[in-house]
Amino acid sequence: MKILVPIKRVIDYNVKARVKADNSDVDLANVKMAMNPFCEIAVEEAVRLKEQGKAEEVIVVSIGDKSCQEQLRTALALGADRAIQIDSDAKLGSLQVAKLLKELVDKEQPNLVILGKQSIDSDNNQTGQMLAALTNLPQGTFASKVDLEADKVQVTREVDGGLQTVSLSLPAIVTTDLRLNEPRYASLPNIMKAKRKPLEVIPAADLGVELTSKVKVLKVEEPSQRGGGVIVESVAELVEKLKNEAKVIA
Amino acid sequence: MSILLVAEHDNSELKVDTLKAVNAASKIGGDITVLVAGLNCSGVADEASKIDGVSKVLLADNAAYEHSLAENLGALVVDLASDYSHILAPATTTGKNFMPRVAALLDVEQISDIISVEGSDTFTRPIYAGNAIATVQSEYAKKVITIRTSAFDKAALTGSAEVVSIGSEQNAGLSSFVSQELTESERPELTAASVVISGGRGMQNGENFKLLDGIADKLGAAVGASRAAVDAGFVPNDMQVGQTGKIVAPDLYIAVGISGAIQHLAGMKDSKVIVAINKDAEAPIFQVADYGLVADLFEALPELETSI
Ligand SMILES: Cc1cc2nc3c(=O)[nH]c(=O)nc-3n(C[C@H](O)[C@H](O)[C@H](O)COP(=O)(O)OP(=O)(O)OC[C@H]3O[C@@H](n4cnc5c(N)ncnc54)[C@H](O)[C@@H]3O)c2cc1C
Ligand SMILES: Nc1ncnc2c1ncn2[C@@H]1O[C@H](COP(=O)(O)O)[C@@H](O)[C@H]1O
Repeated sequence: MKILVPIKRVIDYNVKARVKADNSDVDLANVKMAMNPFCEIAVEEAVRLKEQGKAEEVIVVSIGDKSCQEQLRTALALGADRAIQIDSDAKLGSLQVAKLLKELVDKEQPNLVILGKQSIDSDNNQTGQMLAALTNLPQGTFASKVDLEADKVQVTREVDGGLQTVSLSLPAIVTTDLRLNEPRYASLPNIMKAKRKPLEVIPAADLGVELTSKVKVLKVEEPSQRGGGVIVESVAELVEKLKNEAKVIA
Repeated sequence: MSILLVAEHDNSELKVDTLKAVNAASKIGGDITVLVAGLNCSGVADEASKIDGVSKVLLADNAAYEHSLAENLGALVVDLASDYSHILAPATTTGKNFMPRVAALLDVEQISDIISVEGSDTFTRPIYAGNAIATVQSEYAKKVITIRTSAFDKAALTGSAEVVSIGSEQNAGLSSFVSQELTESERPELTAASVVISGGRGMQNGENFKLLDGIADKLGAAVGASRAAVDAGFVPNDMQVGQTGKIVAPDLYIAVGISGAIQHLAGMKDSKVIVAINKDAEAPIFQVADYGLVADLFEALPELETSI
């Protein structure tokens, strides 16, 4: 069993994004970057499946410029076997990413692809589903539990009403939710070992995919800020204000 | 312009998200057709036919659509897509699941989670946990869009559109439903409630959420939670409010024992009035709160319950 895990380099989740003065985009200059948290969960799940003897190989892939090799090395330190960087400095949409990943799926023929459910920068929540559509494979999105068997996978999904479990034929596409697992930290020896693991670079242009996004970003602005509030001294004062000032309770 | 909007429902009831999505669709303009796909869901179609602004309801009643499996529902929508310029769905977990499949099969980039319509091809959407708002323009002939329903008011139910049954069965045979565990609650749904009271890690355990229940009962509120409270097993996952959980914008949001991480704020900062109860005066939640009470929640909540 071979597992492919696409990972994305994004702004660190602790950092609050700032908008550029010219409103062209978010300012990422000198901002701390990290692996998308949902991708960390995806790597962890794949590595655990390997540790349980349910998978033989975990391949991680990231699409981006050279800087995403940093996150690929992190994934190797967490237990992935080899890494692939699909090299591109274009601003790609989820559709373009999914098309590039499809080329890789065709080439590597993984039994399972585990992606994050959402990038915390674009907040798109699309790529896994698009990859599933393009490869004509079943999808188990927002997974909080993955039971991998020889010819199928059962995925418990976090949905608006609670939990839903589906059974998918393999190969299949899974996207991770927060409760799937708690990712480990990379140990120093494993970080050293990761430096010697294979990292292949494939130019995106070699994969024959149209890379231009047809969704144009016209501007990026700060959201409207809330006006400052007041600190009340007591529950009684709070209730009085909610009744008579805000008029939100009767 | 002609719009196909996929209804959110549970086979017996139309969800309020659909009414809000119709309102968003009306801002785009053109005829609005609502698709109700499910099993034994003709009652839902009848309800949908009453939504103001809807000109037609398509009913696809078939076992293949009972659980909104993305592979089947996606194929059905793609099959219908040729007649429409815009394909919309609320950004619920169902919409988020099948809509990107539709987009990819139509070779279109999806625009996720729009919060306003600026024109028939131009929309705004939050990015980076709502710390920035992007205005985006789609150059595709077909637009595939999910709608953040908390940003739109409900359409009224005074219309009378025709309901047309379509005999379609798209069963991809790739996936099957096994089981579901739905959270039972007498309270309004989080995304539909006009008052929401949420608890965080400060609640210490699930049992203590009862302190919120009493207040919720009196206010007709829904109960929500932070990720930390869900991760710790205090409450089920469907109560998580935030960037990667549910987005709510009620008239009143009460955050109790919640620090106010950016991921939590992303899910509630568009509420009309925000109240924060936290024992730490430095907690970031106070920066967005209209009314802040620095107090121990175990003292404040019982007092609040008796004084409302
Ligand atoms: C990828 C990703 C996605 C995420 N998505 C979400 C999301 O959708 N929603 C979400 O909420 N979070 C999300 N988070 C988590 C977020 O970063 C925070 O960790 C989380 O919101 C913290 O929850 P909390 O405020 O309950 O806990 P804490 O930050 O631990 O805060 C607990 C608060 O309770 C107060 N408190 C303790 N005891 C008492 C008492 N007796 N009386 C009064 N106050 C008390 C404390 O002062 C403190 O402020 C996400 C994180 C990541 C990385
Ligand atoms: N540039 C990328 N390289 C590798 N994987 C990606 C990339 N962009 C998105 N993904 C994957 O798709 C998931 C969802 O992203 P999105 O659809 O952009 O929210 C991420 O968690 C990754 O697993």
